[in-house]
Amino acid sequence: MSAIVSIDNLTKTYDGGFQALKGVTLDIEEGEILSLLGPNGAGKTTLISIICGITNPSTGRVTVGGHDIISDFRAARRLLGLVPQEINLQPLERVMNTVRFTRGLFGQRPDDAYLEKILTQLSLWDKRDAQINALSGGMKRRVLIAKALSHNPRVLFLDEPTAGVDVELRKDMWETVRELQAEGVTIILTTHYIEEAEAMSDRIGVIAKGELMLVEEKTALMNRMGQKRMRIDLQVPLPEIPSSLAQYNLSHGETPSSLVYDYDAKGERTGITRLLNDLSAAGIVLRDVQTSQSSLEDIFVSLVEDRP
Amino acid sequence: MNWQAIRAIYLFEMARTFRTPTQSLISPVISTALYFIVFGSAIGSRIQEVEGVSYGAFIVPGLIMLSVLTQSISNASFGIYFPKFIGAIYEVLSAPVSAFEITVGYVGAAATKSFIIGIVILITSFFFVDIQVAHPVWMFAFLILTCLSFSLLGFIIGIWARNFEQLQLIPLLVVTPLVFLGGAFYSASMLPPLWQKITLFNPVLYLISGFRWSFFGLSDVPVGISLAAITVFFAVMLSAVWWIFRTGWRIKT
Repeated sequence: MSAIVSIDNLTKTYDGGFQALKGVTLDIEEGEILSLLGPNGAGKTTLISIICGITNPSTGRVTVGGHDIISDFRAARRLLGLVPQEINLQPLERVMNTVRFTRGLFGQRPDDAYLEKILTQLSLWDKRDAQINALSGGMKRRVLIAKALSHNPRVLFLDEPTAGVDVELRKDMWETVRELQAEGVTIILTTHYIEEAEAMSDRIGVIAKGELMLVEEKTALMNRMGQKRMRIDLQVPLPEIPSSLAQYNLSHGETPSSLVYDYDAKGERTGITRLLNDLSAAGIVLRDVQTSQSSLEDIFVSLVEDRP
Repeated sequence: MNWQAIRAIYLFEMARTFRTPTQSLISPVISTALYFIVFGSAIGSRIQEVEGVSYGAFIVPGLIMLSVLTQSISNASFGIYFPKFIGAIYEVLSAPVSAFEITVGYVGAAATKSFIIGIVILITSFFFVDIQVAHPVWMFAFLILTCLSFSLLGFIIGIWARNFEQLQLIPLLVVTPLVFLGGAFYSASMLPPLWQKITLFNPVLYLISGFRWSFFGLSDVPVGISLAAITVFFAVMLSAVWWIFRTGWRIKT
């Protein structure tokens, strides 16, 4: 795979002096789904807005398919589709017309057959003559996607596509995104729903305070940072943890009758066998054992909290 | 050149016009008819003639200019302000279109619409007064230049405005007074000598004077100066729009 979008040391300082991006460098591979995860105000939308030409960068360079987004903006932008965070639609326009409009803006000849295919895929075809203000919120969001796809882009940006969307529609949206990926479209989605990044992405980038803190394969990230936790329920409460068990850094659960052991699941030795032996040697009788894997959310929170 | 984009913007804006025909076309015609009744018949019956032209006919060029100026500004400013206001401007900014193409699309549509209104008013006036156009080619030239330059002005106002009040500010406080004081309903020669001098500072006077010359061959200022004035104004507006897009002023952050 080769990089279809290449971002090199991109910065953005707004007029008021706020530094929204502090030198972001990132290569987006063709065909992948990349999630940019970060809290509100982290710089996700600014990054997307610069790539798509809505905001001017302060310094740095971006190329799309090898075309510079400023000096060769026409070639670069033809490859891009953007689904914005807000529902920014002309309220009196009709679905088909507004999709035709976008296709025209991107310099493509009218092709209603192609638009029919997109609208059908997004379950909008029977709404094609409806006015935008007569549609539900979820339908409006689909219209935004249809517009973004109207010129057959190679790269699709989805800026918080499922913010304020109900669970069912969110699942639909994920399905749509996967279908698009299957057709070869590269997808960059921003979200602050970790569940979404976890469910969708090939790679995950974490942005906080204008910096790209990491970009990694989702599974590698989860493995690398995935702590496991074992919870041990005891027959009899244990007010004090015996010193013979000090090396395991055990702590109490909610009550003295449970112990918690954190370990690295990918480590060479998890220490579980020894711990169980030592527990038994100390005469502690177990009632139950559970293990749980830390989620992307825990990883994310720990990353963001570590920052000054 | 992204012709498809120009076409898309132009057709979108024209469709907006024809979606609201009452507001777009019928209301200028009705207000013009009212002007004819009030100024042409009521006042005109006392003034009779201005420099050999019946008063009813004399005010036709001024009336057309009044509508064309205000319509050009309000149409072009709304056309760009509204997408900015609701955020739909994002797709124009993220599309492979140049500033020039965006301007041609929006301003071209606004100018087309005010040109149509100008012609509709002219045709309406044929029903009220006996009027002939002495220099039709120049009449069209003045009309088209005016439509284009004031649509550019409206476009700039639409980009500049941060709210609906600002959108109305310049048309109401600047343009309408200038048109009324620019000889739409009288000849500058009817004013006291001091005001004849002051009125020369009103740019709209040159427009109306030149346009009226194309109808009757009479003018307050030499027609060459009128033509120069509107051409300079057009060039200034074009440069302003060019600067706006070069810097991203009030469009891109």
